[in-house]
Amino acid sequence: MKITQISVFLENRKGRLYEVCSLLGKNKINIRALTIAETPEFGILRIVVDKPQEAIKVLKNNGFTANLTDIVAVEVEDKPGGLAGILKVLSIGDINVEYMYGFLEKSSDKALLVFRFEEPDKAIKILRKNKVKVINKGDIVNL
Amino acid sequence: MEVNFWNKELEALDREALRKLQLRRLKETIKQALKTTFYKKRLKEVNINSPDDIKSLEDLKNIPFTTKDDLRQCYPQGLLAVNLDEVVRIHTSSGTTGVPTVIYHTREDINDWTDLVARCIVATGATKKDIFQNMMSYGMFTGGLGLHYGAERVGMMVIPIGGGNTKRQIQLMKDFKTTVLHITPSYILHIHSRLEECGVTLKDLSLKKAYLGAEPYSENTRKKAEALFGIDAYNSYGLSEMNGPGVSFECVYKCGMHTWEDAYILEIINPKTGQELGEEKEGEIVFTTLSRRATPILRYRTRDLAFVYKGSCKCKRTHRRLSRITGRTDDMLIINGVNVYPSQIEEVVMRIPEVGTNYMIHLEKDGSLDKLIVKVEIYSKMFTGDVAALDKLKEKIKDDLRASIIINPVLELHEPGSLPIFEGKAKRVVDLRTKL
Repeated sequence: MKITQISVFLENRKGRLYEVCSLLGKNKINIRALTIAETPEFGILRIVVDKPQEAIKVLKNNGFTANLTDIVAVEVEDKPGGLAGILKVLSIGDINVEYMYGFLEKSSDKALLVFRFEEPDKAIKILRKNKVKVINKGDIVNL
Repeated sequence: MEVNFWNKELEALDREALRKLQLRRLKETIKQALKTTFYKKRLKEVNINSPDDIKSLEDLKNIPFTTKDDLRQCYPQGLLAVNLDEVVRIHTSSGTTGVPTVIYHTREDINDWTDLVARCIVATGATKKDIFQNMMSYGMFTGGLGLHYGAERVGMMVIPIGGGNTKRQIQLMKDFKTTVLHITPSYILHIHSRLEECGVTLKDLSLKKAYLGAEPYSENTRKKAEALFGIDAYNSYGLSEMNGPGVSFECVYKCGMHTWEDAYILEIINPKTGQELGEEKEGEIVFTTLSRRATPILRYRTRDLAFVYKGSCKCKRTHRRLSRITGRTDDMLIINGVNVYPSQIEEVVMRIPEVGTNYMIHLEKDGSLDKLIVKVEIYSKMFTGDVAALDKLKEKIKDDLRASIIINPVLELHEPGSLPIFEGKAKRVVDLRTKL
């Protein structure tokens, strides 16, 4: 199952990341995973939150440029070679990873990773077929 | 297309009759001018001591140009041609660039100006049924009061809010079903970027037309404003020295601005030599007032660049059409020896859909070289969250700019709403080179 990621366009300006985070905090929206793609003068903040629809509304109403992207979160065994195992499955299935990053927390002895695929549905099918646990939307709230 | 007239007799007067009318009114203007200390002296130098010394329109060419500097020298009363008790209003320039200038108006002057503005409004197809929201500043700036009087004369319901206060503007547009805006091109784009946060969609609005003026802008900016709101945008041109708005305005065909030649003599000259240029040749606009009693002005050099279109307009108005203002003789930038007009940069950035509604031009010194930095806001609806797409956009804008102005700019992408907002005239060029 695909889950929703929010991308926020950020100028490289002091305090801009703080503004996003404090806005989400004030609205009781919790960040579960985060990464920043950066270039010399702007960055794109990518976050997975517990209430994505609320989050995007709050961000847009406050003048942020943001959009929603489908991503896939999977559980990886927290041991050497855990990620390699998943990437192998994807590679054999001819699935290209656009980017990936890890969750801020882990609920068990498993690590959680976020993937952005060109073809998320095909990727999910292949992952499931190979017994890789794909996280559901509801799970994000309960993590 | 339906073509309406406010004063058909004058607006469609045949050229020969129009020239006769111009000559008669030029003589009246000379008569008034000779009552001012400034022109009395200046006209004497070229042997004009009475209106009868003007035999034909060609004689105008013997009169020296009047410059902005002349108007400053005349401040406050050097150009006053009537008794002060005949004057009902003055408009002064801000004086930010030096000594202010002043234009006096008699009751008849204001009446004539109002009629010219009414012509402009009717030429765009607007009627007394329209709801007119005037977002130009009132007060000394002529944009607000000029259109206000004209719109009232047409019989529109006028919302005289003036500039600024975007949230309230949007609320009023919605609540009173505004159909026509008078607004600067930069502000209309800004208003669009604020609709979403005000919880207003285009369906909540009844907008049909916008009159864009007070600053030079490109055809792409017009198209952008029209597409964003689904409206017709009309070009307006005027300057406080020539009353203000109501000098030149587009009709429903939007193919150049009809310049009211019964009220102004229009010349286009080569700014270097002062020689008059033919149709379709770009040069500096020069105006002579023909129906102003309190402050007659002869051959005023506007420093605005434009050209006159060839041929006649489908609307049957005989008054010649001026192109949009392509620049000013004094806003040309010399960047590493290359001449660049800010309008060329605007033309490029505003035709790219991913670019939002605002941009800025910065110039800095980088060692001994000039560095051009173009800052553009991205259009939030085009944001995909993809870094590669933004990099590609940057390269595209850079390539297009390089092709247009030869200079390789530094390009910066900014968040919507982060660049300075201009509710009046935009000041988009920041030149830091001279201060170093």
